Amino acid sequence: MQLFDKFANIDRRLIYLAVGLVVAIPIVLKIKMPIRISSEVRSAYETIENLPQGSVVLASIDYDATSAPEMTPMFRSFLRQCFRKKLKVIYTGHIAIGLPLAQFDLDMITQECNAVYGEDYINLGYRPGYTAVMIGMGREIRDFFAVDYRGVSVDNFPIMTAVHNYSDIALIVDFAHGQTAEYWIQYVVSRFGPRMFACVTGVMAPSLYPYLQSGQITGIIGGLQGAAEYEILVGQPETAAFGMPAQSMAHILILVFIVFGNIGYFLSRRKR
Amino acid sequence: MKREIPIVITFLTGVLCVVAFFVPHPPLGGLQQRFLIWYAIVAGFTMILGLDSLVKYNIKKIRQRKQGWQYSYVLLFGLVLILVTGFQSWFEYNTPFELRSSFMYTYIHIIVPLQATMFALLAFFISSAAYRAFRARTFEATLLLIAAAIVMLGRVPIGKMIWDKIPVLSDWLLNIPQLAAKRGIQIGVYLGGVVMSLRIILGIERTYLT
Amino acid sequence: MTNFEDNSADIRDGEEYFYLVKVQTTSGFDESPKVGPVRSTAQWFNRHRMNVLVITLLVSILVIYYIRRAHAGDKLFVRKIAGLDAIDDAVGRSTEMGRPILYSFGLSYLNEVWTIASLSILHRVAQKCAEYSTRLLIPQYDPLVMSAAQETVKQAYMETGRPDLYDERDIPFLTADQFGYAAGVDGMMMREKPGAVFWQGYFYAESLILAETGHSVGAIQIAGTTSVEQVPFFVVACDYTLIGEEMYAASCYLRPEPQMLGSLKGEDFTKAIILIFLILSTALGTLGVLLKHFLNVDVLNILFGNIVQWLNTF
Repeated sequence: MQLFDKFANIDRRLIYLAVGLVVAIPIVLKIKMPIRISSEVRSAYETIENLPQGSVVLASIDYDATSAPEMTPMFRSFLRQCFRKKLKVIYTGHIAIGLPLAQFDLDMITQECNAVYGEDYINLGYRPGYTAVMIGMGREIRDFFAVDYRGVSVDNFPIMTAVHNYSDIALIVDFAHGQTAEYWIQYVVSRFGPRMFACVTGVMAPSLYPYLQSGQITGIIGGLQGAAEYEILVGQPETAAFGMPAQSMAHILILVFIVFGNIGYFLSRRKR
Repeated sequence: MKREIPIVITFLTGVLCVVAFFVPHPPLGGLQQRFLIWYAIVAGFTMILGLDSLVKYNIKKIRQRKQGWQYSYVLLFGLVLILVTGFQSWFEYNTPFELRSSFMYTYIHIIVPLQATMFALLAFFISSAAYRAFRARTFEATLLLIAAAIVMLGRVPIGKMIWDKIPVLSDWLLNIPQLAAKRGIQIGVYLGGVVMSLRIILGIERTYLT
Repeated sequence: MTNFEDNSADIRDGEEYFYLVKVQTTSGFDESPKVGPVRSTAQWFNRHRMNVLVITLLVSILVIYYIRRAHAGDKLFVRKIAGLDAIDDAVGRSTEMGRPILYSFGLSYLNEVWTIASLSILHRVAQKCAEYSTRLLIPQYDPLVMSAAQETVKQAYMETGRPDLYDERDIPFLTADQFGYAAGVDGMMMREKPGAVFWQGYFYAESLILAETGHSVGAIQIAGTTSVEQVPFFVVACDYTLIGEEMYAASCYLRPEPQMLGSLKGEDFTKAIILIFLILSTALGTLGVLLKHFLNVDVLNILFGNIVQWLNTF
């Protein structure tokens, strides 16, 4: 087989091997790279920074372990920023299998920041219904969340004393790996008007730019890059920032393969 | 009557929900909230339906020794394990989400690695799909290729290290042409959804009744 | 203060409330006379949602108008949709190769509009499979969709006169886990080696895994999804892709009955109105900015702002 035919038909197993090596080596060698902060991530960060102390923030966990590498750094940075600013966090979610994962991070960060359950944060748990729950909370949260995740009445906790619906919530932050962020915007932000920004996976981020441009959301933290930028702004770079060199190398490798493929394609065509 | 009754229920419920959206006065005002609560309750019960279907299917597969029947044992074992640990953790800690509970142990050490591993396969598939698909066969394909390359480099730190204008170009691509195309498609999709819903409410679309 | 809006959450309709204004002065406190009783009642119409009502009525009237025109015998043009025209060819190709056909709804639930659209496409595919006696495999993610799919296929086979071909085991429920489902479908494709694969529903990250495996077994792939994020992956990996509302148009395209075509025409006309409105409002906004910048005339800017405010009111 001619060399250019080989370029045009590289065995996919070689591609898989190359990707595996290129992702593993920078992580093992702990390579560092400078990270540029984008305007949409800065805008999300500033949205929280500008909230007065004691404001209530609703965090919705709508991801699971498949998106944990991207979403976990965002969620941890968000909690750190909120507790540093002395904000109150109400935590719920619409993906049942993702809530235990975020619970793990919640327990870790609340211990780190000395946050008190019931005063600084509360976990409302999961209720089936998805968009029905989102819309219903606009009238009265207790219609769907009369008790917290342990079955204790929410009226027993100081954080929920003055919180009944979205007009008592200063900001909604959705951590989503699917379409949930768009549902929050369509069913909640447009109907009830609370402020919101979204933390989403890389593949979902482009679909939220129309909402950012129209002012329906105040920021987007998208993908591992967005998570890395947010970690740096909050002042505690961790897994996302350390993962960026690996992602950079993987992107370069894919581009190299694309170039090889095109070289092979054009040379084959010329030969014919 | 078997077809007519569901169509009437669909029509009445659809019209009531639409009217309740505009009319806050009782009895219609509270009706929407009532419907939403009912929906949440029914949604909870559909999980039991899914569980029943899953168990029945896998028991049938084992009985009939269909291809891969051994894996049905693994599935049923996993189901029982999660149920048992979930209930045990609930009785012990009032919630399965307590970090010391057996449910969370199972979740962190089995479910999370399995899900993460399956998702990690995507990186390899994307690489081979990109290599295979991004060929400059036509003018449009070349444009797609150039745009993909700019955004791939612009969204990682190495792009700025290569040339500091790459992130600027990437942001422009995301904020202008991509946004415009996405907005156009989304308007079409949501309008199509509205008309489809209207067809279902009016009883024109009846495929769901089969 | 001349007016006050009480937005407390514990206000109850029908109950009497009294208000007064208490001000702190240099010599102490002063109180106004008590005002009341006042009672709140719900309105019969939420005026803030007038814009939504106007658009809803516009869409509904246009759809009903064109349905009536279609019933009256007017010929309504629908452009060719390549992905839907390719259904017959795909089924024929599979039959010639002696391979089955695989159909997937993705991660869809029965209460979602795209699932209803996909059932229409499935009906057509099932009819063709019955005609050619080709096996149809439909692995499922949701039990309710599985029931609906089984009924749709059974009905299609009966309509074609081949109820004997229906086999419930070809429409199995796999799992309600995203990647478990993807793994199951991939396994099915590697074992059964379908000649044609239909991805018609809502897909997430597993779309590329599925489409790449379909390509590796040599199947012709026809995708259709309203998941805008996954459309690029299907476009690069599949032979035909129905983008967005082309899926919704499928039921009208495959069953060109008057009410279906009429509703499609009504939708298209609504889209045309939105398009004209977008062009006019963009021109208005741009002219407003230019007039303000060069001639310091604000009238168009104010008009544009009022239109945007009316649309945003909710």
